[in-house]
Amino acid sequence: MSRAAAHDHASQAAAFVSDSRRAHWHDQALWFVRAKRDKAAHGVAEWERLREDAAAIKRHTLARLAEYLEQFEQAAKGCGAHVHWAATAEDHNRIVLDILREHQARRVVKSKSMLTEECELNAYLTGNGIDVVDTDLGERIVQLRGESPSHIVLPAIHITKEEVGDTFHRYLGTDAGASDPTYLAEAARGHLRQKFLRADAGITGVNFAIAETGGLVVCTNEGNADLGVSLPSLHIACMGIEKLIPRVEDLGVFLRLLARSATGQPITAYTSHFHGPNPGGDLHIVLVDNGRSGIRSRPKFFDALRCIRCGACMNTCPVYRRSGGDSYGATIPGPIGSVLHPLRDIATHASLPYACSLCGSCSDVCPVRIPLHAQLLAMRGEVAESGELAWSKRMLMKFTSVVLRHTWLYRVAGGAVRWMVPRLPRRVVYNRWNIWGRNRELPDMPRRSFRALYRRRHGS
Amino acid sequence: MRVGLFIPCYIDQFFPDVGLATVEVLQRFGIAVDFPSAQTCCGQPMANSGCTNETRPLAEKYLQTFRDYDYIVCPSGSCVAMVRHHYSHYLQERPGFDHVQSRTFELCEFLVDIVNVESIEGVFPHRVGVHQSCHGLRELRLANSSEQVVTPFNKIAMLISSLEGIQVTRLTRPDECCGFGGTFSVFEEAVSTAMGMDRLRDHQQAGTEVITAADMSCLMHLDGLSRRNAMNIPVMHVAQILAGRPLPKEPVTA
Repeated sequence: MSRAAAHDHASQAAAFVSDSRRAHWHDQALWFVRAKRDKAAHGVAEWERLREDAAAIKRHTLARLAEYLEQFEQAAKGCGAHVHWAATAEDHNRIVLDILREHQARRVVKSKSMLTEECELNAYLTGNGIDVVDTDLGERIVQLRGESPSHIVLPAIHITKEEVGDTFHRYLGTDAGASDPTYLAEAARGHLRQKFLRADAGITGVNFAIAETGGLVVCTNEGNADLGVSLPSLHIACMGIEKLIPRVEDLGVFLRLLARSATGQPITAYTSHFHGPNPGGDLHIVLVDNGRSGIRSRPKFFDALRCIRCGACMNTCPVYRRSGGDSYGATIPGPIGSVLHPLRDIATHASLPYACSLCGSCSDVCPVRIPLHAQLLAMRGEVAESGELAWSKRMLMKFTSVVLRHTWLYRVAGGAVRWMVPRLPRRVVYNRWNIWGRNRELPDMPRRSFRALYRRRHGS
Repeated sequence: MRVGLFIPCYIDQFFPDVGLATVEVLQRFGIAVDFPSAQTCCGQPMANSGCTNETRPLAEKYLQTFRDYDYIVCPSGSCVAMVRHHYSHYLQERPGFDHVQSRTFELCEFLVDIVNVESIEGVFPHRVGVHQSCHGLRELRLANSSEQVVTPFNKIAMLISSLEGIQVTRLTRPDECCGFGGTFSVFEEAVSTAMGMDRLRDHQQAGTEVITAADMSCLMHLDGLSRRNAMNIPVMHVAQILAGRPLPKEPVTA
């Protein structure tokens, strides 16, 4: 039964929050990033205009996606790249493995790519005898620990430097108990350098692909993508089909928004452009659908495909900050993940659209103006319609609706609650099914309702 | 001008004085209101749970109850946002819907945008923390949100700032959600209460004597936490402050 496999955000979140020191530290760390973002955004007077332009460019591109994809394929081939089409995650993984086998590549260095996380490429390649090393520092930490990223831009944000020290001590031989960030980063650098030097192939994600030139743009802060595709001669770039933009001149709009929204930097430390392979090397571009066409055909959720994976909605989300990325049980956590994952598998991810107080901060922070909180609300409708809403919730809503439809019934019910609660012993009112009352007092019950008092003062 | 008063269900039942204060504030500006007694609830709890069929009859009831008024005024940003931003999902194309949708206002925005109130007479010599309830903030735009790069404005703060002796406190996070979120407060209880406690601590460090908002639901949640933890930060709906109510005595329940 699908119920058994369904993920429950609320219980995972409760576990995370119960460690209040860690939860506070996690909240503060991400709020710091959000505050940096605010400062950076406020430095651009035309910020809101940029967001509108970015949304319009993406909307346009997605509306004519087939044309732009073909244009991109032609242009990329013209630059000397090989272009592959993958309908599903399985296709994508098989294509990548085939390319690696064709080049007899056994050791792979990979820079950050949420698409390869989505396709679970690492596990697939490892299972087929390929050694894959994530070269983004945060991702490497997570990989060594056998975990998955808890944030799409800051994959190890849930891990303290002391825990990183323990992990590095165990796998990289750093001193026991050492947690100095500079020391640990230096150790990681030395470790990764060996991996880069011995690699047979580099895999990267793609931030933007330009239809008119066939060029790829990869943004990192560590330069790991550049090292990874400069030392080995084989470069495989994996991208979702929604990463396209039409023209080079559109790129400026997105580059100004991306790093400011993600980390509050004016621009990422490395913004690398690739047009075709290195001299004597090979560039393979894998274009992946994996459900994106399906999302594109649903008008209510079409806007979600505009996402440029900046992570700003996670940093700003008051629920994400306090519940941690792992509580979502999904490759992409936070507001955008809570829209994208139920679109693929509503039974498993039915709790995600409810992991949200509908505060709307995500919609206001999103650089491509995805109306995220409206989409989360719409997704709740989909959950209810597909029968995935818990029986108790459904019954509660049916019952409440019937009461509220009949004014007399509503008045009687309200009067009964106001009469009864003050007369019951405290331990009866605050029983274990009174979830509100676990950590909160109920309001004091007034003797009379507003409507009764109003009638007294103003007549009928 | 016929003004219909919409008093949300939980205010009607649990916070009657907020309704009375709303009537008094409007009367001070010469606006007589009418309270159509057929009203109950806008349907937001059902809508936010995704239960469309359970919401529609309540949206229809609202339309029937208020369609003949020139304006509908309500002391809750969240319930007004439900009508203005979400009713189209249930009532599109229904006769009278456009009128009801465009004429439903939250109390503060009605005073500022329709009645053109710029200041209000009264004395409230206290340090007041303004809680920017999210739907009022990001759907009705009662103030700019901290994410937006726009000229700052704040309709609630503007109104209360004109009271004599009042001081609005400065928060480290000026508009973070309190974690109420309707049914979220129960179904995600752990995160909800953690969010609320963080808001209260922010008000505590800012020296807030009383928290106010245009939404009693957020205040009910914050007050519930404040009383349980004996934090001694009472709450008042903005209508109560504008109507000249004194600071409530906080009953300590620890």
